[in-house]
Amino acid sequence: MTPAVSDVKTLQIDGIDVSAQADQTILDAAREKGLSIPTLCHLDGLGDVGACRLCLVEIKGTSKLLPACVTRVEEGMEVTTQSERLLKYRRMTLELLFAERNHVCSVCVANGHCDLQVLGQAHGLTHVQFPYRYPKLPMDASHDRFVVDHNRCVLCTRCVRVCDEVEGAHTWDVMSRGIGSMVITDLHQPWGESDTCTSCGKCVQVCPTGALFEKGKARLVAKSRDFLPYLAMMREGK
Amino acid sequence: MNRVRLATVWLDGCSGCHMSLLDMDERLLDLADRVELVYSPLVDHKEYPEDVDLVLVEGSVSSEEDLHKIRKIRRQSKILISLGDCAVTGNVPAMRNPFKTAEVLRRVYVENVSVESPTPNQVVPALLARVRPVHEVVPVDVFVPGCPPSADTIFWTLTELLEGRRPDLTGKTRFGA
Repeated sequence: MTPAVSDVKTLQIDGIDVSAQADQTILDAAREKGLSIPTLCHLDGLGDVGACRLCLVEIKGTSKLLPACVTRVEEGMEVTTQSERLLKYRRMTLELLFAERNHVCSVCVANGHCDLQVLGQAHGLTHVQFPYRYPKLPMDASHDRFVVDHNRCVLCTRCVRVCDEVEGAHTWDVMSRGIGSMVITDLHQPWGESDTCTSCGKCVQVCPTGALFEKGKARLVAKSRDFLPYLAMMREGK
Repeated sequence: MNRVRLATVWLDGCSGCHMSLLDMDERLLDLADRVELVYSPLVDHKEYPEDVDLVLVEGSVSSEEDLHKIRKIRRQSKILISLGDCAVTGNVPAMRNPFKTAEVLRRVYVENVSVESPTPNQVVPALLARVRPVHEVVPVDVFVPGCPPSADTIFWTLTELLEGRRPDLTGKTRFGA
């Protein structure tokens, strides 16, 4: 069905004329045009939360930077996705993520298959200017097949969303606030004692870092996430 | 022709970065024509010399000795290169940082030994309360992450510097590479 004219918005992204559905986000519209905006918490097939702040873009007429993954397109919008200012903030965000917990790439199961590592490299990050915090964080290996290592967690909440939206189990959630935030299973019980976990492993597949991994594997192989957009598409009957 | 005075230093690291340096193989001969190795664990100089042009620093700053050395190195060198993840991020040596030094020593010298030996407190340098990357202690001019950075990366970095350029390592290496 052809959408009604009013459902289509025209806007400019990086000087390129773009038309998009009214319910599309700036990120969707940009990617359809082949323009790349860095993301970490976003994953095709999952709902967006704007948690990581890497997809911040400039929009003419507002001094605030807005996350492209949760900002809808509007008629006449002029969006900039790449600038010195944005690069500065994206780098700073990445550095803060590296400094916040204990990301030791050389001994991490996700070394070579880590979204955070790739983003750091893509943004020319050669060192972290902020002092590392070195928090003392636990690992939970009580599950038969999987482990959660909070040292590597970036709180993107992909695991929380895939467990809730796709698996329908809602085993994962976020506890506490601010710097004390942690992903938890059920009511902060050991993962192995969770009543709701179906052991489907979707959380492990969507985790961008080495925070969630399968037991018995010293090195992760590339994760499979192709099932997500497919499931979302089939469910919506599109 | 005056050759560039090169030094390499081994602080708290596994020497893997120095292995990678040696992995340059025959390219070491190209470098040998252009640099003079004035201080290194690979040669026999005891004192860090004055007027070093380039210094490659492997390892994090973990002990009183490291701290003393790196300050001297910074004073006596023109361009300081943090070589490898331990120097750049703290890496594996910094994994002790969430714990107190006393806990670490007890773990190593009491809990994990079959025959109890006294915790050394003489001759060996005292551990700092916290392992730190080099740039948290002294200013660093060039960062070369990697565990270890490849021989190609090190060679490229050195040749850029010898040509008087500031190497841009974007995309060439990464943490954990």
